[in-house]
Order: sequence, then structure tokens, then C-alpha cells
Amino acid sequence: MDVSALPRLLWDFVVYLFLVMPDLLPIILSLATPLALGALCGVLGERTGVVNIGIEGIMLMAAFFGYLTGFALHQPLGTGVALALGIAVAVATGAVLGLLHAWLTVSVRADQIIAGTMMNIAAFGVTGYLNRLVITPSGRGGAGVITPFHLPDQLASLPLVGPVLAMFFDQGPIAMSVIVLVLVSQFALFRTRWGLRTRAVGEHPKAADTVGIDVFRQRYMNVIIGCAFAGLAGAYLTLESTGSFQNGMTGGRGFIALAAVIFGRWTPLGSFLGALLFGTATAFGIIVNVRPAEGDLGAIMKSIPTFWYAALPYLITVVILAGVVGRSTPPAADGIPYAKEGKG
Amino acid sequence: MKNLRARLAPTWAKASIPVYSIVLAFAVAAVIVVISSVFTDSGFSPLLPLAAYGSLFAGAFGSGTGIANTLVSAAPLMFGGLAVGLGLKAGLFNIGVAGQFLVGAFAAAVTGASLATAPTIVGMPLAMLAGAAAGAAYGFIPGYLKARTGAHEVVTTIMLNNAAVLLLTWAVNDLVRAPGFSFPRTGEIGQSALPILLGRNLHLGIVFAVVAIFVIRWILDRTILGFEIRTVGANPSAARYAGMRPIFITALTMTISGLLAGVAGAIQMLGVIGFYAPGITASVGFDSIAVALLGRSDPIGILFAALLFGAFRAGAPLMQIETSVPIEVIDIIQALVILFLAADLIVRRVFRVRAPKVEITEMATVTGSWGAGTPPAGSTG
Repeated sequence: MDVSALPRLLWDFVVYLFLVMPDLLPIILSLATPLALGALCGVLGERTGVVNIGIEGIMLMAAFFGYLTGFALHQPLGTGVALALGIAVAVATGAVLGLLHAWLTVSVRADQIIAGTMMNIAAFGVTGYLNRLVITPSGRGGAGVITPFHLPDQLASLPLVGPVLAMFFDQGPIAMSVIVLVLVSQFALFRTRWGLRTRAVGEHPKAADTVGIDVFRQRYMNVIIGCAFAGLAGAYLTLESTGSFQNGMTGGRGFIALAAVIFGRWTPLGSFLGALLFGTATAFGIIVNVRPAEGDLGAIMKSIPTFWYAALPYLITVVILAGVVGRSTPPAADGIPYAKEGKG
Repeated sequence: MKNLRARLAPTWAKASIPVYSIVLAFAVAAVIVVISSVFTDSGFSPLLPLAAYGSLFAGAFGSGTGIANTLVSAAPLMFGGLAVGLGLKAGLFNIGVAGQFLVGAFAAAVTGASLATAPTIVGMPLAMLAGAAAGAAYGFIPGYLKARTGAHEVVTTIMLNNAAVLLLTWAVNDLVRAPGFSFPRTGEIGQSALPILLGRNLHLGIVFAVVAIFVIRWILDRTILGFEIRTVGANPSAARYAGMRPIFITALTMTISGLLAGVAGAIQMLGVIGFYAPGITASVGFDSIAVALLGRSDPIGILFAALLFGAFRAGAPLMQIETSVPIEVIDIIQALVILFLAADLIVRRVFRVRAPKVEITEMATVTGSWGAGTPPAGSTG
């Protein structure tokens, strides 16, 4: 290939990105939503010193039970009520599993990674088991999906501003709530008493204990709240995004969320940006198929197989982890169970 | 009698918690089956677990074919269990067995297909080698990244699992698709298939697997490398002070682990599946983790754990057909086994087992490398 053509190709690429932006931006946030919520779960847990690699499983369980609720109730109660109850059930599922994870890791002091692995295998088994037993034989349709909000056309068609507005407001309620939840968590973690206690417990549990902070209580609370967020992510997958349930439908999102946590250096806002980055990589993989580029650039981009674009988010995660992790510092007590003296 | 008891005591001390965990897992799964039986065609039935476990057992051991199926399912689990177990010994948690299994299976399928007409003595070993090499390479990546940059292997291996599925689908579609089939797949492996030892399907893989168990046991117990692996796993700082190279050991252990997972894929490919097509699933990935944890990372323990889970996989289809209890109950039992192993407090309460005088540490070494505790090896440079 001619090297002198590179600047022009690069320019073409920028123009291409600009042209597809109205299509790209709205799907970025919807793809990032489950990742961002999962990452919040990771941040809240790890800031108190509890690693949770079971986010994937918790998401899957919540997605299933939320869906099951909507599925069972949407005929007697109507879709709207059933969906609202479905979301509530999904969040509650997350919280209950969070309680289990907290009990295993904080009280029993089981290895946190093995506890998380157990959660993932259990989720795969339980949801697959019930899916085959309850949903498949009934042969009925889905639970319905939450209708997304639509931006008025006058706003959406504004140049430049329109697509950006669409990114945040052409969304369902869960996707829109993510931004609020991220900002609230960021504020809470760094500006409130709860946040200070959380960080103290994650950095130096013994010192926190000495000044009268209940380490166990703090860890329980954070893990449960975090897992409720993971539950909301599950609700998003089945009730807002697809309206159906497939076995293993989380597809590694819980793990990408963990990478987003590290990328965001254990802050809600940073991990949200990480989730947006992975969302962008995925969205890009979709858009290049839907709206292919033209000319030389199009020829080059078409010569890259679709599956490479699809693998992009995963490969980017590996590269980013390798590049970022060495320079980021996790909470000092991350992953270490706490034993009160004399009780060890 | 007393003599025998005294001799078995140390073995029982190691095996009691895993055995009790299995018993407890079956009991809890039985409760789940009873409760969920309201959804089956026959309605609520408190005896369903007995029927289900009965057909599970019959499917796994009730006939010659059943036993052969159990051994055939156990062989890749032995390799996969060794892959995870070896990693755990070095303080590494390789969740990437699924991906390494797939690249191993793919490499074996492609090599086997290209040597389909060559004599078995040439084609089969080369296909196995290709699978081993591919798995090793795919294990080296997260191992090297962990050693060099501290990127945690749990996240990187999962990402590589997903990437492997997509990239291998592309490879089968665009690179090595065999002509004459209605769907993308690799060609027939012909003579490269693993020879059948007995009956219809009991292939040579089980022999390789048992040999591998003893080879890894020998490496861990009798060689300097094994000593270094165990030391790095137990205490990386001490290993560094003792002049070992944790970076090298970490990368090497993940490579060997990937190699074992790749061989698991290769024997499954050359002994059972026969061709690579997108969508071949690798339940071996998650099963291997359960096998390694249940076997406490000890090769002999892994041998028995793999036989048990192999029996599950072999017996489950019959159970689903006869009692309409979904196959996924196997995953639930596995998760429960891990739960009770991780929280052995529960098991000790239920069965009144005393805590061991020396803490068994295999279960408690993995999270240490998450970030806290030890800095990433080599981060000083």
C-alpha cells in the first residue's frame, strides 16, 4: 500500500466517523449501560475491599428472574405494571445474591474469586435449568420491552447537538438512569460520610475498626448495594434491551465491567468512561456493517472480516488492562478478608 | 482393622471435606428439583430427585456404553482440571481453559484434516502437538501479561475466551472452510482420529489423560520446576528472595496450563467431535474449574473429580429424557460443590468435622494476586 495515501485515508476515516455519528452515539450508551452498572457494582465492592468476579452471574440471574416476572405477569397485569415489577424483582435478585456474596466473603472469609466463580456457574445452571423447565415449554412470547423515550424530531435533527442529545435521551429509563446513578455514586464516594467510611475500610480496615467503623457492616452494605446495580443491569438486558432471555446472554459483560473498574481506577465516573469506551468499540463493530464507508477507506475496512470487529471490544479490554493496570493502584485491602483480632 | 484405619486417616483428612461437599450438594440440588417439579408434566413429586439421580447413575455406569461415555467425558476434564489445578498451585486462576480448549481443538482439527490420509502414527501425534502448541500459545498471552504488567488473568483469560470464539468462527468461515458441506466446518480428520480402544467410542485419550495426571504429579512433587511453582504460589516475595524468577514461573505456568487445556481440546476433537464448526461448545471450561477445586489442585484428586464430573456429563442426557429434569442440574450441583468447598464452615457444621491443625491453603491463595497484597511481579522495572 502507498504510504502517501495514509493521511488522506485518516481524513476519510474522521469524515466517516462524523457522518455515522448520529447512528453511533445512541447505541453507544445503550451498549455501555450494562457495563457501567456492572462496573458500579465492582467499584462499590472493591472500594470496601471485596472483589466480586460474580457480577456476570448476578447480572444473568437478575436478567432471568426479572424476565420471568414480566413473562408471568404481563397478561394478568398489563405490560407496564409487569415490567415495573420485573425490574424490582431483578434488583432484588441482585441484592439477595449480593447478600450471599457478602456472607461468603466477609463472614465465612471464603476466597473471593472462588466465591465469584461459584456465583457464575450457579447462575448459568439455575437460569438454564429454569429456562428449560418453565419458559421454553410454555411456547409463549416474551415479556414485552420498555418503550424507549423519543426525542422530539426538532431537537434530534439539530446539527451536532442533536445526536449528542439523542445519545442521552433517546433511551429507555434504565439507560437514562445510569448517568444519574454514576454521578450520585461519584459524589457519595468522595463527598459523604458513607464514602469516607467505604474508602477507609477498603484501604485500612484495621484503622477503620479502631476508630469505630463497623468493617463487616460497611462491606455487607456496599456489596449488597453494588449487586443491586448489577441486578438493574440484568433487568436492562432482558426488559429494556431485548425483551427475551437466552442462556448465557450476559456474554462476558460482567467481566468487561471488571476491566472498566480497573480502567476507571476504582472511581464511578472513570469506570463509566471505560464502559463508554467499550460501548464505542462494540457500536463501531455494528456500524461498519450497517453503514459501510465508501471509496478506498471502505475497501480497506471491508477487507477486515466482521468477526474481527466483533472481537474488538474483547481485544481492546486485554490491551487496556495490560497498559493501564501497572500504573493504577487498587484499594490497599482489596481482596483481603478482615478478621477481628482474637477472632481470627 | 485399626492399622488400616490409621493408614487411611491422612487420605481421609484430605478427602473428607470434598466428599461431604458432594453429598451436601446432591442433597441441596434434590430440594431444588423437588420444588421445581411443579413445572414438569407430571406435576409435583417429592420422589423426583431419586428417579433423576437413579437415571443419572444408570446413564453413567449402568451399561458398557455408559461407562465408556463416562471415561470419554472424563478424559478432557482430567486435562482441563490439571490445567486449572497447576495454575492454582502457582497462585494463578486460569478461567481461560474454555478458550485454550477451543484453539487447541481448532488446531488439532485443521492439522488432522490436512493429514487425513497419512498413517495414524503420523497424523494423530502431529494433530495432538498442534493442539498442545496452540493452547500453550493462547495460555502464554495472559501469563506474559500477568507477569509483565500485572493484568489479572481472570479478566484477560475471559476476554480471550470470547475473542477465541469469534476469531475461530472467522477462521472457519474464511480461511479453512472445507468444500462440500452446507455449513462452515473443517474437513474430515480421517486417519488422524484417536484410535478406539474398546467398544464404539472409548478412545485412546483416557490413557493420555491418566499418564498426564502422573506426569504433572511427578513435576509438582519431584522436580525443581514444581517446587518453584509451588513456592511462587505460596509466597511470591519469598520466592524472589530465594533467587527464583516469579515472572518467568508465572508466564511458564500459564503456558503449561494452556498447553494442557489445548490437549483437552485436541483429544475431544480427535476422539469425539471430528471437525471444528462454529458453535461447538466447551462446557469443559467451567467443568475444569469445578474439577480442580474439588480435587484440591492435587493430580490424584483431579483424577477422581474428573471421573465424577465425567459421569455427570455422561449420565445427564438419560436423566433428562427419562425424568425431564434439565441437564443444567449438573451445573447447579457443580456450583453447590464449589460453594461448600469455599465455605467449608457449612460442611464442618453439618458433618461435625474438626478443623485441620494445618490450614489447607489451596482454596485461599487466588484472590491475593487481584491487586492488593503483592505488587505485580516486575513492576519495579
